[in-house]
Amino acid sequence: MSPRLASISDLKALRQSLKKTRDGEKPCITICAGTGCLATGASEVVERFRQEIRDRHLEEKVEVRASGCHGFCERGPWVVIRPERVCYTHVGTTDVSPILSETLLEGKVIDRLLYQDPTTGERRVHEQDIPFYRGQQRIVFGGNGEIDPTRIEDYIAIGGYQGLEKALSEMTSEGVIETIRRSGLRGRGGGGFPTGAKWEACRKAEGKERFVICNADEGDPGAFMDRSLLEGNPHRVIEGMLIGAYAIGSEEGYVYVRNEYPLAVSNLGRAIEQAGEYGLLGTNILGSGLTFALKISRGGGAFVCGESTALIASLEGRVGEPRAKYVHTVEHGLWGQPSILNNVETWANVPVIITRGADGYASIGTSGSKGTKIFSLVGKINNTGLVEVPMGTSLRRIVYDIGGGIPGGKRFKAIQTGGPSGGCIPEGLLDLPVDFDRLQETGSMMGSGGMIVMDEDNCMVDTARYFVQFLQEESCGKCTPCREGLQQMGRILDRICEGKGEDGDIELLQDLSRVMIDASLCGLGLTAPNPVLSTLRYFRDEYEAHIREKRCPARFCKGLIALSIDPEACRGCGACLRVCPVDAISGEMKRPFQLDGDRCIRCRACEEACTFDAIKIR
Amino acid sequence: MRADLQAVCEIIERHGHRKAALIGILQDIQAKMNCLPQKALAQVSRSLDIPLTRIYEVATFYKAFSLEPRGRHILQVCLGTACHVRGGARMLDYLENRLEVKSGKTTKDLAFSLERVNCLGACALGPVMVVDKRYFGKINTRKIDSILEEYQDG
Repeated sequence: MSPRLASISDLKALRQSLKKTRDGEKPCITICAGTGCLATGASEVVERFRQEIRDRHLEEKVEVRASGCHGFCERGPWVVIRPERVCYTHVGTTDVSPILSETLLEGKVIDRLLYQDPTTGERRVHEQDIPFYRGQQRIVFGGNGEIDPTRIEDYIAIGGYQGLEKALSEMTSEGVIETIRRSGLRGRGGGGFPTGAKWEACRKAEGKERFVICNADEGDPGAFMDRSLLEGNPHRVIEGMLIGAYAIGSEEGYVYVRNEYPLAVSNLGRAIEQAGEYGLLGTNILGSGLTFALKISRGGGAFVCGESTALIASLEGRVGEPRAKYVHTVEHGLWGQPSILNNVETWANVPVIITRGADGYASIGTSGSKGTKIFSLVGKINNTGLVEVPMGTSLRRIVYDIGGGIPGGKRFKAIQTGGPSGGCIPEGLLDLPVDFDRLQETGSMMGSGGMIVMDEDNCMVDTARYFVQFLQEESCGKCTPCREGLQQMGRILDRICEGKGEDGDIELLQDLSRVMIDASLCGLGLTAPNPVLSTLRYFRDEYEAHIREKRCPARFCKGLIALSIDPEACRGCGACLRVCPVDAISGEMKRPFQLDGDRCIRCRACEEACTFDAIKIR
Repeated sequence: MRADLQAVCEIIERHGHRKAALIGILQDIQAKMNCLPQKALAQVSRSLDIPLTRIYEVATFYKAFSLEPRGRHILQVCLGTACHVRGGARMLDYLENRLEVKSGKTTKDLAFSLERVNCLGACALGPVMVVDKRYFGKINTRKIDSILEEYQDG
């Protein structure tokens, strides 16, 4: 039987019947199968569950679901047993048998697998009681844990394609745009441009055809919400794009995905195929007359392709060089035709807005930034993972209540937001409510939502250097301010980190920044000085210590530290000697070893290997 | 080489002979041949009627492409921000010293190509290293040693 849905009532009927088969009371073992958990062995765990359930003839009684990313990657492989939502962390294949025997059949909770709070040591049984989840509002990301992303039926059963259904049956194209506009949705990719205004401009622009494009070239290092959405709930993105296509009158769309995300490419590819089989992509969708085809285009690994005009050049098969912005993509986009380009998270918000209505959506967030935002909370933080919170949530709440604070009793130093275009926010601003405008005021920006927490061991000059180096490699080289400016800034920062900084370097960095901001062609160059300017604004003392005292306060910069072995602490175990790649360590076993400072390349492998804390850094 | 060129033509065919599909075509060629050999690029140029210079422009612009043969195993060290703050650069240094090869290059015995990548989106596991698409999280110098040992002969 062809599953093709000929009308909206067909879709409704299918959803009803799927809902019936999804018995809410039937035990379901959900194993997170996102990239993070797969890296720690989730696929073997899924396989073992399936095997054991077959062996024990439990197929009728228990369901096993390899789901989308749950966002708490730190604790993977992550297993949730429904309906109670008992939650187990770091599950390995040897835990499968006890989980089935004890938890599933006898209803007993296995203590050692439970989540343990890193600060209080308390254990939590249910997913919803874990502070990491309790502080979140997951209106966009929540579906991930409920579905197997390779099954369109799962998505439809939890209310998927209801937004499309509503748009096609109850709303005009203008009505859809008006709803998006009134919802206050702003682009989640970084710029924060109002989505409704973009769509309206595109609809009004003259052109032979129109294109709908999804930017999944998530290049900001430290941000992975788009990967998780595309991997874990691809149909939500497809649904958003379908609604966009209906709104502007487009028949063709593209998803431009990073090549570094193989699972996202395969799950999305599968989702597009299934949507086609069900008649949700193709001609005369649900009998409405809407025609829409969706294609995947894989990126080639160039950060600049996150910039709209560079992305379009890449889609056309050319090198990803941006063009001047006075030509608008909404009017002259792909093949010179009107196009709307939104990022993954923006598209994933669209079905939510249509089903909830503009007012329902706009009730969440702050006056200038509506809805929720997904952040990837990473770096020196206890609970690394994806966090979806209403706009306006304070940084402190995100870092301490949800993120569980800094590991190892270290001191918080800064939080970096906005990727290479953003900046570092110091401790004094932790109570800042996070939205587009407030972040901008601090000299940082929302960007795509990466939040990298840094502690006392991280050097802020090195952080600025890291981003400048990153951008230097990623600059396409088309315009001079960005190409040359970054190179010169990189040289100055290298010099400072090596202890060769001079008076006047800080002023030179500021001068270069001003020129780049004034004269660069695209967003990459315009925002490239932000990491330098924001660290200068809040951590100028660290720059001065490097330049004047030739000292790195965080003891991080290789050129400004020296390693030695503390003879009091050293037990002569030889662990350091074995790992030293340049044979700088010598000595007799069971006696204090010596470290040859001239040979040492300060890789700190010995520090990591030493269990007696005998390697000292000056 | 003849058989290889046949494969190139098939890839171009699969992409519907479209000039716009150039990047996808090059990706598939690289997946098949491990790099982009000059003869393959010349074939693409002839088949799609795109000047060879433009093909080289694309092949050298995007980081995903390599014009030189790559090793039997591809080691990718993530230097995204999350991995950086957790010492990813130190891991890359260590690998460069251990393998006596700079990042972006291949060892003389063609066993390993060492690459740095900007964020694999597995930040919770940082520092991360990927060997032939298999992820290794929270790496340190000891883990690297045992990983290299595992792959050295295979």
